Amino acid sequence: MSIKKVTSHPTQNEELIFDRSQIGRVGYRLPKLDVEETNLDEILPAELRRDDDLEGVPEVSEVDVIRHFTRMSTWNYSIDLGMYPLGSCTMKYNSRLNEKVARIAGFANLHPLAPEREAQGALELIYNLQEDLAEITGLPGVSLQPAAGAHGEMTGVMLIRAFLDKRDGEKSKERRVMLIPDSAHGTNPASAHLAGFTVKTIRSTDEGLTDMEHLKTLCGEGGIAGLMLTNPNTVGLFETNIQQICDEIHQAGGLVYMDGANMNALVGVARPGDFGVDVIHLNLHKTFSTPHGGGGPGSGPCCCTAELEPFLPTPRVVKDAENYRLDFNRPESIGRVKAFFGNFGMMVRALAYIQTHGAEGLREATEAAVLNARYVGHHLTESYDKPFESDSMHEVIFSHKKQSRKGVHTLDIAKRLIDYGFHPMTIYFPLIVEGAMLIEPTESVGRADLDAFIDAMKSIAAEAVETPELVIGAPHTTRIGRLDEATAARKPVLRWKPDMEATAKSA
Amino acid sequence: MANIQENLHYSKDHEWVEVNGDVATIGITDYAQHALGDVVYVELPTVGDTLESHEAFGSVESVKAVSEIFTPIAGEVVEVNDGLNDTPEAVNSDPYGAAWMIKIKMKNQGEADAMLSAAEYEEYLSANG
Repeated sequence: MSIKKVTSHPTQNEELIFDRSQIGRVGYRLPKLDVEETNLDEILPAELRRDDDLEGVPEVSEVDVIRHFTRMSTWNYSIDLGMYPLGSCTMKYNSRLNEKVARIAGFANLHPLAPEREAQGALELIYNLQEDLAEITGLPGVSLQPAAGAHGEMTGVMLIRAFLDKRDGEKSKERRVMLIPDSAHGTNPASAHLAGFTVKTIRSTDEGLTDMEHLKTLCGEGGIAGLMLTNPNTVGLFETNIQQICDEIHQAGGLVYMDGANMNALVGVARPGDFGVDVIHLNLHKTFSTPHGGGGPGSGPCCCTAELEPFLPTPRVVKDAENYRLDFNRPESIGRVKAFFGNFGMMVRALAYIQTHGAEGLREATEAAVLNARYVGHHLTESYDKPFESDSMHEVIFSHKKQSRKGVHTLDIAKRLIDYGFHPMTIYFPLIVEGAMLIEPTESVGRADLDAFIDAMKSIAAEAVETPELVIGAPHTTRIGRLDEATAARKPVLRWKPDMEATAKSA
Repeated sequence: MANIQENLHYSKDHEWVEVNGDVATIGITDYAQHALGDVVYVELPTVGDTLESHEAFGSVESVKAVSEIFTPIAGEVVEVNDGLNDTPEAVNSDPYGAAWMIKIKMKNQGEADAMLSAAEYEEYLSANG
């Protein structure tokens, strides 16, 4: 089996920018002052001034800086370079058209404090995106303010809290239990806790779905504020009892929040609002293709029922006849959750994505995402243990059970995948599957690339039997081999310091 | 095969308990440390906290995941192993010794006796491990 390498570069290593420093080297020349020079001591108090003569700050020229960072940028792995099958992350391709649209001067250079009448186009774009997301989710109230998924979650549970406080008054205090399945994203309990709820965990069944009996028992214990559920859940299965689950929670007096991380399995096919979900967050940077993971800021819109709409963050973007305006007069609102209106550049890209595809295209993208995951699932079931029998949605989960007997674990398989030129899948999540490998190809991958990925995974499974040490020692083709993650976490070195080399030598 | 020590009491959540008079010392088992992988951080309660049985009293973070640790025994925390702040790796190298986590003044001495014996824990692991 020949190993494909994604990048190669003449420089196999790169010094730290600090090591390139030469005393007195600069990349600028300032013009002579055309105002009278003032002594800094007179205008800034001593405690606000540096007294170390910028010790330790690298002294480099412009070309030093450009080459240093450009070289390192070529070592990066990105979605523009190859498949990125990170489960529950939807690393789909962001098309160049979206980038082009986001760079239109009227959008890119608009000042966030521009008066409404001069920002009609931007407000219209926000309004139209809100309308589209409302149609896609079946939930009419939309705020685009939250800056990321967990932020959208937090906004969502705060809406629930505000709703309960209004509905139940003082009695709302007795309703502080948030139910969360054991397969949930770690951010769910964190958001619930921050919003003042206590968490009770719902078990999953052997089939990988929410345990309905356990759900009923927990509802029977009372105090239910709501449920936070991901659907499809984090093992890639559709919660087939979703309607019944929502009914149970509503009967117990609570509300249902759906984590929209896995919406790429539903867009254009099924709507959370129709299941009985009260509030959901979306990730524009997953489902709607905007850049993700270092490529740009996130965006985590929050969509809710008409009942919860009055509590959404202010200001709301509304339409009066032909004009768009900001509505601050929302007495029941939970308030602002983000400066200005959220990450506007992501909204431009997301709307471009939606309008490029159209309703039909969005549905096709969903179908292709599910088909791709099932294709991978089908071809890898012989090589890897697949803990749940049901057909997967947009992501498929395996475990290391078949390999661990030989001493090859999930981490080793993931590291070996790097040698084959792929970004590893999500590993050790969700926690309910031991040695989990969560694979999400997305719709951006064609059959040839899927086959190459499947071949790589099969080849690693064969290596795990024939030459396990090869897998355990991976990666072999990268500049730096297996990192010592335990020491890195136990004794982290978070930044360079001037005396670091001396310390390292004496240690 | 996981190391199981005689004379300790075990929980199905993979904690061990050693009883000395009315004080119970609690840690996690060799099986648990093995399943977690390299431990990088241990979060423990403070002396004086009171715990209900089966309540989470802290968490263990490994390179793979963060897991809560539950006390099988109710009572008041009388001592915590602060040494684990600097040497979390002791959970991997010496789970029954240097990596004890907390000492609890037991509310109800019977709780420890109701736990699994070494032989029962071994049986539980071979059935579920």
